[in-house]
Amino acid sequence: MTPQPLLRVQDLVVRFPGRRKTVTTVIDGVSFDLAAGETLSLVGESGSGKTTIGRAILGLAPVSAGTVTFRGATISNIDRTRRRKLARDVQVVFQDPYSSLNPAMTVGDILVEPLTAAGVTGGRERVRELLDAVGLPADAATRYPREFSGGQRQRVAIARALALDPAVIICDEPTSALDVTTQARVLALFKEIQRTTGVAYLFISHDLGVVNDISDRIAVLHRGTIVELGEAHQVAAAPRHDYTRRLQMAAPVADPRKQRERRELRLALLAPHTSTKE
Amino acid sequence: MTVDPAASPSTRRRVFRRLLRSPQGALCLAWLALIVLVAATSPWLAPSGPTVADLDAANAPPLTPGHLLGGDSAGRDILSRLMWGSRQTVLACVIVLAVSIAVGVASGLVAGFYRGRFEGAAGFVSDVVMSLPGIVLLIALYALTGPNIPAAMAVFGLLIAPTYYRLVRNVVLGVRNELYVDAARVAGLSDLRIVGRHVLWAVRAPVIIQSSFVLAAGIGIEAGVSFLGLGDPAGASWGIVLQNSFNGIYNNRWAVVWPALVISVTILALVLLGNALSDVLQSSARSRTLSPRRRRAAQEAAQPGDAAGESIPVGSSDDVVLSVRGLRIAYPAAGGEVREVVHGVDLDVRRGEIHGLVGESGSGKSQIAFATLGILPREALIFGGSVLLDGDDLLADPAKMRAARGRRIAYVPQEPMSNLDPSFTIGKQLMYGLRAVTRLDSRQARGRVVELLTRVGISDPERVMRLYPHEISGGMAQRVLICGAVAADPDVIVADEPTTALDVTVQAEVLELLRELSRERGLAMILVTHNLGVVADLCDVVSVMKDGDIVERAEVDDLFRSPREAYTKELLSSSRSVELMEI
Amino acid sequence: MALSVVKNLARSLAVLLVVTFATFTLMFGNGPGIAQAVLGLNARPEDVQREVVALGLDQPLLVQYWHWLSGAVTGNLGESFYTGQSVTEALSSRVPVTLALVVITLVLTVVLSVLLGVTAAVKGGWVDRLLQFVSVLGTAVPAFIVAIVLVFTFAVAWRMFPATGYVTPELSISGWVKSVTLPVVALLVGAVASAAAQFRTAVLDTLGRDYVRTLRARGISERHVIFRHVLRNSAGPGLTVLSLTTLGLLGGAVFIEQVFALPGMGQLANQSAQVNDVPMVMGTVLVTIVIVLVVNFLGDLTTILLNPKARTR
Repeated sequence: MTPQPLLRVQDLVVRFPGRRKTVTTVIDGVSFDLAAGETLSLVGESGSGKTTIGRAILGLAPVSAGTVTFRGATISNIDRTRRRKLARDVQVVFQDPYSSLNPAMTVGDILVEPLTAAGVTGGRERVRELLDAVGLPADAATRYPREFSGGQRQRVAIARALALDPAVIICDEPTSALDVTTQARVLALFKEIQRTTGVAYLFISHDLGVVNDISDRIAVLHRGTIVELGEAHQVAAAPRHDYTRRLQMAAPVADPRKQRERRELRLALLAPHTSTKE
Repeated sequence: MTVDPAASPSTRRRVFRRLLRSPQGALCLAWLALIVLVAATSPWLAPSGPTVADLDAANAPPLTPGHLLGGDSAGRDILSRLMWGSRQTVLACVIVLAVSIAVGVASGLVAGFYRGRFEGAAGFVSDVVMSLPGIVLLIALYALTGPNIPAAMAVFGLLIAPTYYRLVRNVVLGVRNELYVDAARVAGLSDLRIVGRHVLWAVRAPVIIQSSFVLAAGIGIEAGVSFLGLGDPAGASWGIVLQNSFNGIYNNRWAVVWPALVISVTILALVLLGNALSDVLQSSARSRTLSPRRRRAAQEAAQPGDAAGESIPVGSSDDVVLSVRGLRIAYPAAGGEVREVVHGVDLDVRRGEIHGLVGESGSGKSQIAFATLGILPREALIFGGSVLLDGDDLLADPAKMRAARGRRIAYVPQEPMSNLDPSFTIGKQLMYGLRAVTRLDSRQARGRVVELLTRVGISDPERVMRLYPHEISGGMAQRVLICGAVAADPDVIVADEPTTALDVTVQAEVLELLRELSRERGLAMILVTHNLGVVADLCDVVSVMKDGDIVERAEVDDLFRSPREAYTKELLSSSRSVELMEI
Repeated sequence: MALSVVKNLARSLAVLLVVTFATFTLMFGNGPGIAQAVLGLNARPEDVQREVVALGLDQPLLVQYWHWLSGAVTGNLGESFYTGQSVTEALSSRVPVTLALVVITLVLTVVLSVLLGVTAAVKGGWVDRLLQFVSVLGTAVPAFIVAIVLVFTFAVAWRMFPATGYVTPELSISGWVKSVTLPVVALLVGAVASAAAQFRTAVLDTLGRDYVRTLRARGISERHVIFRHVLRNSAGPGLTVLSLTTLGLLGGAVFIEQVFALPGMGQLANQSAQVNDVPMVMGTVLVTIVIVLVVNFLGDLTTILLNPKARTR
C-alpha cells in the first residue's frame, strides 16, 4: 500500500492570456506525485513550462484546469487566507539570489518575516538556528544582502524557506545563477538539509546533470508536457524518450576524450534529423 | 529597480546628516529654512506692514534708510512686502503638496497594486489632465475661483497629481514583479503587510525627491499667477510685487531685481535639494569615469604588477596570431580608489587554435576579451601591457586597433537578443557591419551575407534578412551574430560565453558550428567560458583564470587528465560532480 | 499599424471632448456670477437675471455645451459677452502670434537640445558637467523671470531691443524679428535646459546598451554608431520630450506675452478671464488643446513609424 503522496498534481493546465485575445497554453496536462522526504526534479529547456508548474503550485500562477492537492486537500485556486496558511507547509527558493531578497531589509529581518506572518514567537533565536543550518555566521543577521556574494545570498534564501519548517520546498533553478564551485557547495547544502529535516524537494532545473546528482526521480518536460518520468539514474543514464536522450547528449562533459565520443554518438543519432533551424 | 538600504528607518538620520554634509544640500536647506522662518515671523520681524505706503519713499533706491531694498512706485517698502509675501508662498506650497500627494500617491498605489479597470480609468484621467498646460487651465478656472490663490493652488495640486500617480504606479509595478514580493507572498504575508513592508519602502524615496520638484513648480506657478494679475491685488505675494515692479521698470529698475531674485533662488534651492536628495537616497550607478588628469595620475601611481603564473617570452613562433603580454586592467571603485581586476596576464593564441579562457565570475576573463577588441567601457583603466595581432601592438596604437576591429579580430557576444540593434532589420545590420570594414558594394555584401547565413544554419536567409531582432529566436540570433563576426573573414574571433544564454540543445549546435568554422577558415579563437564541458568539447589549449591571474595553462587533454593547481582541481571536481558521464 | 493610428485618433478625440466639457462646465456653471461680472457690481438682481437669460446661461449645461460644440465644429465659437465680437474673429488675429512664437522656439529647441544633449552624452567630461549645471539653472528659473531679466538688460539698461510691442511681419520683417527676439530667447532658455538634459539621458541610456558595444566591435566607425544607430534608438524618448516641451511652451507663452505685451492667445485668455468673458476663454482653451493633441498625435505617429515592434503588430 503506497502512502498518500505529500503533493499531487493531476492534469494541470495553465493558460496565459496573450495579446489581442490569444491564449497561450504553457502547461498542457501535467501529472506527478511528490512523496514525503523525496526529491523529484522537473527538467526542461526554456519554454518547457517548468518554472510555471512551480509557480502554479505556489499560487503565483493561475491554474486553468486540473488540481493540485497537498496532503489530500486541494490547494489550487484557493482563497488568499487558506493560501497564507499553506506557508507553513510549502516554501520556495528562487533562482535569482539578487532580486529574491529585499535589499532594504537586513538578513535578520528577512528571516524573521515569515515567522512574524505566521504568528510564531521566539524569532531571534530561530534566526540564529537557521543561519547555523545554512552555514552562515550569526552576525549575518545585522547585515544587508548587498554585502554578501551570490552563493551566500542563496543560503539566506534557503534559510528563509526553512524558517517555518515546511514539508515541501519548491526549488526554482536555485543554482543556475551560481558559479560552478559555489553550485557544488549549495547543492551539498540542499542534500544536507534534506538529510536532517526530511523535507521534500520539487527541484526545477534545465541541467540534467545537476538534477541527476540530487534527485530520487526525474520528470522531463518538453513544451508543457512530461515526456518521461522515472528513477533518476535511469532517466539520466539510460533515457527512454528521444527528447531526454537529446538533452542528455547535448550537455558537454569535462573530459575531452569522453566528450569526443559523445559528440560522435550524438551526431550519428541526429543525422536522420537534418537540422532546419527554426 | 534598486531600493537603497539607506532608505530604511535606522539610517534616516544618517541620510539627513549626509545631506547636510554636502555644501549644496546644506545651503539649500538653510535658505528654505530661512523662508519658512520669515513666513512664520514676518508679522513681528518685517519693518512695516505690507500695504503701508510712504510717498516720500516712492521709487526709492536700495539702501535708503528704512527701506533696505528700496521702495516701489507707491512708496511701499519692498523688503517688508517680500517678507509678508513669503507667507502666501509657504501656504501655497503646503496646499499644492498636500493635494497632489493625497490624490497622486494614493491612486498610484491602488492602480499599481490592483491594476484592472481602475488603472485604465486613472491612466486616462492622468493623460487628460496632463494634456493642457497648467496655466491655461488655471486661467480658465479663474471664472470659478476668482482672485483666490489658495483655491488656485489646490487646483494646481490636482493638475500636478498625475506626476505622482505615474511615478508611484511605475514603482509599484516594478516592485510587484520582484521576486522578493513573490517570496513574501509564499511566506504567508497578507497583502497589507506586503504593501506596507515592501511596496511603501520602495516608493518613499522617489516620492520625497519628486516632492522637491513639485514644490519648485508650485512656487513658480504661484508667482506666475499673481504676476498675471489673477491674484488678490491688495495682497503682497512675491508675484504681485514682481508685477508692480515690472510695470514701473523704466522708473525704478532695481525694484525688479529683488522679487525676481527671491523667487528664482527659492525655486533653485528646491531643485538643487531634489538633486541632492536623489544622490543621497538613490545611489544611482553613476559612471565613475575618472577625469583625464586623474587617469594619468592613477596610471603613474600603478606599481608594476608581478605576473602570477608563467610568463611567456615575447617573439615566440611565427604561427602565433594573437599575443597578450602583461595586460593590467583596473576600474575606479568606491571612495576614489582604483581596483585592479586583471594583474598582468600573458596569453598566446596560435593560428587556427581554439584557446579557452576559463574562470568563474569576477576572474577577469571577459575584461581580457574586451581589451583585445578595444571595447572596454569608458571607466576602465589600462595600466599596462600589449595586445599583439600579427606583431602589431593594438593597445599602443588606437588607429591600428580601429583598423583591426571587425576586420582581423571579431567579437561574438554572450546574450544574443540584447546585442542586436532593435531598430534595423537583420539584413541591414549585417550589411552595415560588413561594408564598414570591407570595400564590397551593396550587391556583393548582400551576396556574402546570404551565403554566410546559410552556412551558419539559417534555412531561409532572404526571409530572415527582412526580419527584425524581436521576431527571431535566441538561437537564431546567436547564429546571426556569429555570421556577423565571420563575415569579414577575420583571423581571430573573441567569443565571450557564446552559448551560456542558450538552451543546451541549441548550445551543442552552436558549438559544433564554431568548431566547423574554425577548421574551415583557419580561424583562431579565444573562447571565454565558465563551463568546463564546453572547454573539453571545443578547445585545444586552456588558460585557467582566478582573481585576475592566469593560474594554469595547458593543452586540453593534459589539463583535464592531470591538472596541477588546486583551483583547477576544484573546478574539475565541481563540474564532474554534476555530469552524466555514462551515455 | 493602421489600427494603432485609428486608436490614437479615437483617444485624442475622447480627450478633446472630456477636457472641453470639463472646462466648459466649470466655467459656464456659475451663470449668475458671470452675468453679475458682465453688468458690474452694482447691477440689480432683476437685471442680472435678465442678463443670465440673454446670455443663454439659464439652459442646462449639457445643452449649452452641445450648442457650443456644434458651433465649434463649423467654426463658430460664439461671441464675447462684452464686445459681442466673434470669438473666432478675435482668435484669428491672435493665434498666429502665439503660434509663431511657439513654433520658432520649438524648432530652435530641437536643434539646440539635440546638439547639446548628444555632445554632452558622447563627450562627457566638462561639457557634460557644464550642461548639467546650466540645465539646472535654466529649468529652475521660470520663463517670465528670464523674460524680465532680458527686458532689464537688453531693453532698459542697453536699449537694443524693444521691451514691448509686436510688429506684424506684413508690416516689416526686420521689425518683426526685433520684436520677437527677446520673447523667443526667454522661452528658449527654459525649453533647451530641460530638453537637452532629457536628450542627454536618453542618449546615455542607449550608449550603455550591449548592442552599441557589439556594433563598435564590428568595426563600424564611431560616427556611424552615434548618428545612425544611437540617434535612431534614442528618437523614441526624444519625441516624448518634444511633446512635453510643446506643452511647456504653450504655457510659457502666456507669461511671455504678458511681459512683452504681445497680442497673442495667452494675453487674450488672461484679459478675458479677468472680466469673466468666458466664451473667449473657452475659445482659447479649445485652440490650445487642439494644438497639443495635434503635436502629440504627430509625435506618436512618428514613434510608431520608427519603432519596428509597433509596426509589425
